Amino acid sequence: MKPSNQSASSDRELGKDEEQLLDDLGIFGQSRRTFLNQMSAAGISLMAVPYFTSDMFAQASKAPDLDPESLLNALEVNLKINGDTYPLQIDSRMTLLDALRERLNLTGSKKGCDHGQCGACTVLIDGKRKLSCLTLSATCKDKQITTVEGLAQGTDLHPVQAAFLKHDGFQCGYCTPGQICSAVSLLDEAKRGEVSYVTKNVKDEVTQLSDEEIRERMSGNICRCGAYNNIVQAIQEVHSGKAEMPRWEFATEEELEASRTAE
Amino acid sequence: MRPFQFHSPSNAAEALQKHTKDQKTHYLGGGTNLIDLMKEDVERPDHLVEVADLPFKEISKTANGGLMLGATLNNTDTANHSEVRKNYPLLTMAMLSAATEQIRNMATNGGNLLQRTRCPYYFETSMPCNKREPGSGCGALNGANGKSAIFGWSESCVATHPSDMCVALAALNAKVHVEKEDGSSRVIPFTEFHRLPGDRPEKDTTLEIGELITGIELPESQFPDHYYYYKVRERSSYAFALVSAAVGLKMSGNTITKAGLAIGKVAHKPWKLEKVENFLAGKEATLENFEAAADLAFEDAQPLSKNAYKIELGKKTLVQALVRAAARS
Repeated sequence: MKPSNQSASSDRELGKDEEQLLDDLGIFGQSRRTFLNQMSAAGISLMAVPYFTSDMFAQASKAPDLDPESLLNALEVNLKINGDTYPLQIDSRMTLLDALRERLNLTGSKKGCDHGQCGACTVLIDGKRKLSCLTLSATCKDKQITTVEGLAQGTDLHPVQAAFLKHDGFQCGYCTPGQICSAVSLLDEAKRGEVSYVTKNVKDEVTQLSDEEIRERMSGNICRCGAYNNIVQAIQEVHSGKAEMPRWEFATEEELEASRTAE
Repeated sequence: MRPFQFHSPSNAAEALQKHTKDQKTHYLGGGTNLIDLMKEDVERPDHLVEVADLPFKEISKTANGGLMLGATLNNTDTANHSEVRKNYPLLTMAMLSAATEQIRNMATNGGNLLQRTRCPYYFETSMPCNKREPGSGCGALNGANGKSAIFGWSESCVATHPSDMCVALAALNAKVHVEKEDGSSRVIPFTEFHRLPGDRPEKDTTLEIGELITGIELPESQFPDHYYYYKVRERSSYAFALVSAAVGLKMSGNTITKAGLAIGKVAHKPWKLEKVENFLAGKEATLENFEAAADLAFEDAQPLSKNAYKIELGKKTLVQALVRAAARS
């Protein structure tokens, strides 16, 4: 894509968080302007992400009631999602994933395989990560459901979301909502002292997770783009509380020029 | 998915009463296996009776020094329970080797015992399968049987039981508690809970139709120190086993005083190694003895056309599990 209309993001005054994020990314001076232009040229400004989350993604809106004639074995359920309650009439067969996506317009949770093999549909139910594609909506009454739309506090991203941005924990982004929900839950499990199959002795207390532990605990979330290294780094940064430089960087102006003039 | 009526009873008596006592009703636990099978049109129930929230969620000590695991408690909380980790670490390790955190959070203990085989002919409705459709034949017997059984199979069925938890429960000599609608209950020794296919492969267990699992009882802890669950699979996480071995040893110095052993994914049920347990009792923990034990474990194996590798792999898996269990201090 050719850069165009470059002024939109680069001229805008950056907020403190945004300055910090770019500092963390090690992007300064001309690189910073190039970075902002590239993001703008790509059609999604990194800086605009907070506005997306608040204005576009966070709100569920209930689809019109279905014609009762079209429902077999109709059931009434109150789904409690991201702090709000949605009364819904559903067919007994409707999975939680389909209720979220098709009836409540909460399309953050993704349908990957629909058979519990990929993890793209991962949501938190009563604080535990579960697969919404294998969960019947009928079993969700009285349970608190959190989807990826419910993780940010207003325009403040959840630390795991911010770390995924910083460390580029995705390419296409389709598995990302599931990865993030899964990672948020993983951090709580670690705080509770849960062990895993790669824990040397399950009788021991484990509070600090190695990268190997994180990989094992995230194995239910498949990333077809293969962004695993960056995903693990993002989770490790939030888990350990130790800021790390991202392992990726943008090409410099000189490198870009060299590649343009190369045969 | 075909239509079904959904029932959400508030207690066990109501759940038992809602069951139609035929193949048309299924109890619904975590749903990680059943809902998938319903989407694939393999399972076609008219009624689902939800049991995941029934009040069998406790882990409690039994009068004879053992532990009772509630049937509706999820696999994660069971595996991570302090009593289980401390006294039955073999069970913790086996349970955590299975599936993923998401699935273990959903899966109930009772449901883990009742999961169906992962034989591809069972899942593929255009193929013959006596387990799915009695009388249709066994596609795997002379077909893609690379992951099929090497023990206890019949001409009707060569499927294997996929659970990891159950392999540890067989090694630990667990018992299964079940209830009937008339309020009576019974206790089934773990080795008698799952059955061999014979000419009724559609029947995985000795449960009677409509019976409800309420708990799994573990005897007094015998192998809190020397344990290992060794699982060999095609990738290092989130895959069913090709072969697995559950080993618990009681040791005095370097002498084994008692062994609890079972291997998984080799038969229609978790394969308890009673003969090998007896062989190892009183023996020194040496590689030579472990290799002799592995030879004994697989001497009756009957491989199919594409799974003879499981014999050599199984022996090495068992030896590795024995070595690692003995080496723990």
